[in-house]
Amino acid sequence: MDMTVSFAGLTLDNPIITASGTFGYGVEYMRFGDLGRLGAMVVKGLSLEPRRGNLMPRIAETPAGMLNAIGLQNIGAREFVEKRLPALPWAKTPVIANLYACEAEEFGELAAYLAAQEGIAALEVNISCPNVSEGGILFGQDPRLAARVTEAVKRRAGSKPVIVKLTPNVTDIAAMARAAQDAGADALSLINTLSGMAVDARTRRPRLANVVGGLSGPAIKPVALRCVWQVCQAVKIPVIGIGGIASAEDVLEFILVGATAVQVGTANFIRPDAAFRLVDELPALCATLGVESWDAYRGSLKA
Amino acid sequence: MTVRRLTRLGAGGAQGDFFELALDFPGAEGSAWGKWRPGQFVMVRPEGFGMDPLMGRPFSIARADEEHGVCVLFQVVGRGTAKLAALRPGDRVTMWGPLGNAFAARPGVPTLLLAGGIGIAPFLEYVKRHSASADLRLIFGHRPPLDCYPFAEMAALAACEAHRETCPDDLQAFIALLGEVIPQYCPDGLILACGPLPFLRTVGRVAGEAGGRAQLSLENRMACGVGACLGCVTEHKEHGPLSVCARGPVFWSDEISL
Ligand SMILES: Cc1cc2nc3c(=O)[nH]c(=O)nc-3n(C[C@H](O)[C@H](O)[C@H](O)COP(=O)(O)OP(=O)(O)OC[C@H]3O[C@@H](n4cnc5c(N)ncnc54)[C@H](O)[C@@H]3O)c2cc1C
Ligand SMILES: Cc1cc2nc3c(=O)[nH]c(=O)nc-3n(C[C@H](O)[C@H](O)[C@H](O)COP(=O)(O)O)c2cc1C
Ligand code: FES
Repeated sequence: MDMTVSFAGLTLDNPIITASGTFGYGVEYMRFGDLGRLGAMVVKGLSLEPRRGNLMPRIAETPAGMLNAIGLQNIGAREFVEKRLPALPWAKTPVIANLYACEAEEFGELAAYLAAQEGIAALEVNISCPNVSEGGILFGQDPRLAARVTEAVKRRAGSKPVIVKLTPNVTDIAAMARAAQDAGADALSLINTLSGMAVDARTRRPRLANVVGGLSGPAIKPVALRCVWQVCQAVKIPVIGIGGIASAEDVLEFILVGATAVQVGTANFIRPDAAFRLVDELPALCATLGVESWDAYRGSLKA
Repeated sequence: MTVRRLTRLGAGGAQGDFFELALDFPGAEGSAWGKWRPGQFVMVRPEGFGMDPLMGRPFSIARADEEHGVCVLFQVVGRGTAKLAALRPGDRVTMWGPLGNAFAARPGVPTLLLAGGIGIAPFLEYVKRHSASADLRLIFGHRPPLDCYPFAEMAALAACEAHRETCPDDLQAFIALLGEVIPQYCPDGLILACGPLPFLRTVGRVAGEAGGRAQLSLENRMACGVGACLGCVTEHKEHGPLSVCARGPVFWSDEISL
């Protein structure tokens, strides 16, 4: 079967994309597989200026998952473009920049810079930052703010597709999805991590210095599937499914509920060749399950 | 990758038991394994972990060659290491490495190895490779019995002394000993340390006060082991937060704030 997927003007050899923050800047994984075989790569969230991130400890294990409070540590957009991007096989595998800012204008500026780079195929907008100017509300939790950021990015992104990444930490994710779509998003990706915490009964301390963090990994897959399914019914733009994907069967489950492609996150930590293995295993599973084309299978859930 | 051998080294009592785990040698074809150096580590994740615990666990490479396989020495401290201790020959594990940087080796320069507990693991091969044993000295602080560690094997090759801690006074005496010995290697000798964080802090402080510096191997909690998740960072005075797995685990004591 032809594994190719196309959406928002991008064509991917297969639907396997690596998720932001779980695949470094790509270069870290070159020794574990051929990056050129991935559908696409989303790199660690970039801000205009480098960021130092949160205090340690930043990660904690939970049953079938992990909590992280990295705090968006990154080398900054400029350093990424100058020092890391040239090493990536971007002509073969689309590189998607994940961007992050605390003001709508800053999002626009960052989008303009990144979209102007030849090696960057698309922008993925992380709207989970506490918005300083609006009193601590997350952009991703208020449809009006989400729309404002989406517009700001879209206006400056030129011809590059804009993917808006949604947080599950809302009561109505479909409303967020519609707001992003109406503001011009070319595609949506979901979900980002779920807000969570872990504590130690013995030491009476939180396990993360930041106290709360984002839950990811197989533990969140049911929540992610539900979000993707709800959003696919609410919007017309393509949806990329993310959340606990660790096997080829997980990939098909997300496509079954309507996703066009998927992102592999925490699984890259379970084994560093996880995404490459999914690329290898997917065709055989499709054959076994009688999946003949993505168009026929996508969204074919018998509800 | 499969388990070749799991040998129980000894019972550490309340501190947990000690094991040597030998995995198949991945072969020198990619050459990374032909060139590994003491101080580097591997991530190990048995398939028996299922989805919980989720992450692999980092361990120093104690030795690695065709004959012995990739060997790590580990102490049972929690859920992951308890599951590792239940492995049997033929069990499958995911292992990735060699990862990280390594301890400096300067033949001809007086070299002091300081090991705390299972922190002795990376020094096993270091002692073997060090050609002039005359200028090599290892000081080992431990709580569980000495035969839990590969100490005898190392003592046959270089000047090694062990100090067992059974009460707070022993610890004070050990710290006093460090205060005496470390300055002898400052500023020009080489001081390498691996062990628990308070021990590393003491080594770094004493070396600094004596006008020298030491290389410290950090044991931060890790997820990816390859510099991707940024979960294991330490504060580098010049470069800010650096991932211990990719930029370390070995750092010069005066470059980081512990
Ligand atoms: C580069 C590196 C090399 C290491 N080399 C060795 C080695 O050669 N032999 C060896 O026995 N151990 C080594 N460690 C420590 C080893 O990784 C931990 O003991 C192990 O991950 C604990 O797993 P667990 O699931 O049993 O513990 P958990 O169930 O996760 O935790 C149980 C207890 O162990 C402590 N712990 C957890 N992770 C670490 C850690 N990374 N360092 C210290 N304490 C920890 C926790 O604070 C907790 O108190 C190394 C760590 C690093 C980063
Ligand atoms: C350590 C870590 C760092 C992350 N950093 C980012 C980031 O910078 N930007 C972003 O949009 N999402 C980030 N994420 C979220 C992931 O991209 C993904 O949405 C989430 O982990 C759920 O997928 P998973 O269960 O497959 O990991 C991060 C996740 C983890 C675990
Ligand atoms: S363990 Fe992931 S960056 Fe070090």
